[in-house]
Amino acid sequence: MKHIAIGILGAAALGFMASAASAGTLDTVKQKGFLQCGVSTGLAGFSAPDDKGDWKGIDADFCRAVAAAVFGDASKVKFTPLSAKERFTALQSGEIDLLSRNTTWTSNRDSALGLDFVGVTYYDGQGFMINAKKLPGVNSALQLSGAAVCVQSGTTTELNLADYFKKNKMEYNPVVFEKLEEVNAAYDAGRCDAYTTDQSGLYGIRLTLSSPADHVVLPEIISKEPLGPAVRQGDDQWAHIARWTYFALLNAEEAGVTQANVEEMKTSTDPNIQRLLGTEPDGKYGADLGLSNDFVVNIVKAVGNYGEMFERNVGSGSPLKIARGINALWTKGGLQYGPPIR
Amino acid sequence: MASQEILREEPSRGSFINDPRIRSLFFQTLVVILLFSSIWWIIHNVIENLQRLHIASGFGFLRSRAGFDISDTPIAYTSDSTYFRALVVGLLNTIIVAVAGIVLATIVGFAIGIGRLSQNWLIRKICTVYVEIFRNIPPLLVIFFWYSGVLAVLPPPRESIHLPFGSFLNQRGFYLPRAVWGDGSWLIGVALLLAIAMAWFVAHRARQRQRATGQQFPVFWTSVALIVGLPVLAYLASGMPLTFDFPKQSTFNLTGGFWVKPEFLSLLLALSFYTAAFIAEIVRAGIRGVSKGQSEAAGALGLRSGPILRLVVIPQAMRIVIPPLTSQYLNLTKNSSLAIAIGYPDLTATAGTVLNQTGQAVEGVFIMMIAYLVLSLVTSFVMNIVNARMALVER
Repeated sequence: MKHIAIGILGAAALGFMASAASAGTLDTVKQKGFLQCGVSTGLAGFSAPDDKGDWKGIDADFCRAVAAAVFGDASKVKFTPLSAKERFTALQSGEIDLLSRNTTWTSNRDSALGLDFVGVTYYDGQGFMINAKKLPGVNSALQLSGAAVCVQSGTTTELNLADYFKKNKMEYNPVVFEKLEEVNAAYDAGRCDAYTTDQSGLYGIRLTLSSPADHVVLPEIISKEPLGPAVRQGDDQWAHIARWTYFALLNAEEAGVTQANVEEMKTSTDPNIQRLLGTEPDGKYGADLGLSNDFVVNIVKAVGNYGEMFERNVGSGSPLKIARGINALWTKGGLQYGPPIR
Repeated sequence: MASQEILREEPSRGSFINDPRIRSLFFQTLVVILLFSSIWWIIHNVIENLQRLHIASGFGFLRSRAGFDISDTPIAYTSDSTYFRALVVGLLNTIIVAVAGIVLATIVGFAIGIGRLSQNWLIRKICTVYVEIFRNIPPLLVIFFWYSGVLAVLPPPRESIHLPFGSFLNQRGFYLPRAVWGDGSWLIGVALLLAIAMAWFVAHRARQRQRATGQQFPVFWTSVALIVGLPVLAYLASGMPLTFDFPKQSTFNLTGGFWVKPEFLSLLLALSFYTAAFIAEIVRAGIRGVSKGQSEAAGALGLRSGPILRLVVIPQAMRIVIPPLTSQYLNLTKNSSLAIAIGYPDLTATAGTVLNQTGQAVEGVFIMMIAYLVLSLVTSFVMNIVNARMALVER
């Protein structure tokens, strides 16, 4: 009896202690010495471990950029692979500090789920992929009536799929799995006729199939999927750090600051570049955010600017070969626009 | 003398701290207070943290439009239905796979269990190997074995395997012709019910007659004749209203007919084959638990081995078998939540999707827990009734 009583008392005390800790995320991250970043369980181009176990991709690089901004050291980041279902709970519960996992920004997630989206690191749209060898006559998503469609559960993709088939008065048979690898395996085994997810994802997944050349991505884009990192709601300082890390990546590209020339650029007399790189006399834009004044230098040194990050992970420097398209800078006809640092 | 001894046995009244009754009362009260305050604290903490993290809470979301589709829908469901209906669909899918699994596991389990006691060396060994294999592999692996190892390697839809009676088998599942009941087919249903009632009546009368006169009546064959014969007669009389909808090849897959999806099939086979191994051991233990004298006595009375097993051994073995059988049924029901690994839309999978689409994690998990609890309690309740009826009645 006594032992039980002591046990309960101990458990209760532990619980109280756990709830007491609720300092700002920046302080917590600095204190533990690394950034805990939530990524996908393996989506080529966004976040996937390579053969050495290093996480590669735009989302993984964004985690490194934030770590570089906070610590000046991009290696101070630990990755937590999360399924679509686990991701929000992991962020809400404080298991991770930043969710950078090809997540669509929606009003419901921004409000009712207690998340705060930082920006759009990749403008995407949902598409379909089919095995052209098995289904030679199909070249449009509108021909998919009656098809079995593989989809990951708990995603906006799942909802768009239902809406699209309903709107076009088509029938389909959803084949739903919780984990990305399970969806990939089922599609590869021929359990479904079509695979639907964000188009960028389809290109990445196609590379992992047993015979990538047999599969084609259909032209239709059925939804808007602005993918971006998110932080917990209610910690403005931390949200600002993540948001301005993203803007810094864009501004660096716009100003022509690259991983290769960043040291050189520090001596620039262009006031715009001076403000960006923290070399402006008496400038304290970094310090205002709770960071060092040269945080942009650290970011660009670690992962390059946004354009470099894009080309390396999903663009011409990667097997995916996705064109910049609407992800180009606003100056080049795209949607990526970074508010000025000043 | 006597009064002095009683006095000596009274506990010393030195201090009430050392009084075992008061101490026990004190600690029991303390534990109850701690238990309730920790429950209260957990609830309070959850509510407070949800508010702090700006997460909406409450069960209001159940009335909103679900927006996602489900592959197996025993009741009408579209993406326009509510989250609540989606959860009901999930619950029904769990119940369907659990009930079908329990029936199949019981049949296989009894067959294997009796087989392990067979006089035939080969049958005995095959059953032993079966039990040792399935009992010692985690159920999740058995599910993957059926899903990825057996069903996924079947040919694609365009090269389906033709089976007798217009049914097909391919990697998308098992296709059977579906019965389409025309006008007047209600007569067949009525005839079936009537036949069952008559069979019951015949069995009842036959038992009475046997008790009174000792004469036996072929109840089994009479019942079969009634249950098969009457509906067939009704079918012919009502002008043969039954037609079949055969599965046909279409662009992507076979359409029409009755379609059993591979997710359901592999889950059902895995759960029942896994649980059957345990049931077989329980049955074997039950039969072994009936003393040998019972069957020897029955043999001495002139009964043959079949009736000995059916009339003497099994009724007594059931008393030993039913309580552990109940836990196996509960295990099977709970193991059905492993469906999530292969995408069968059971309660766990559907509630998981709802949880994720709405972000209402606490409520979602709460609903799942309550649903499984209720399912298990209902199963126990039914099995307890069966157990009570099987229990030894002292005459």
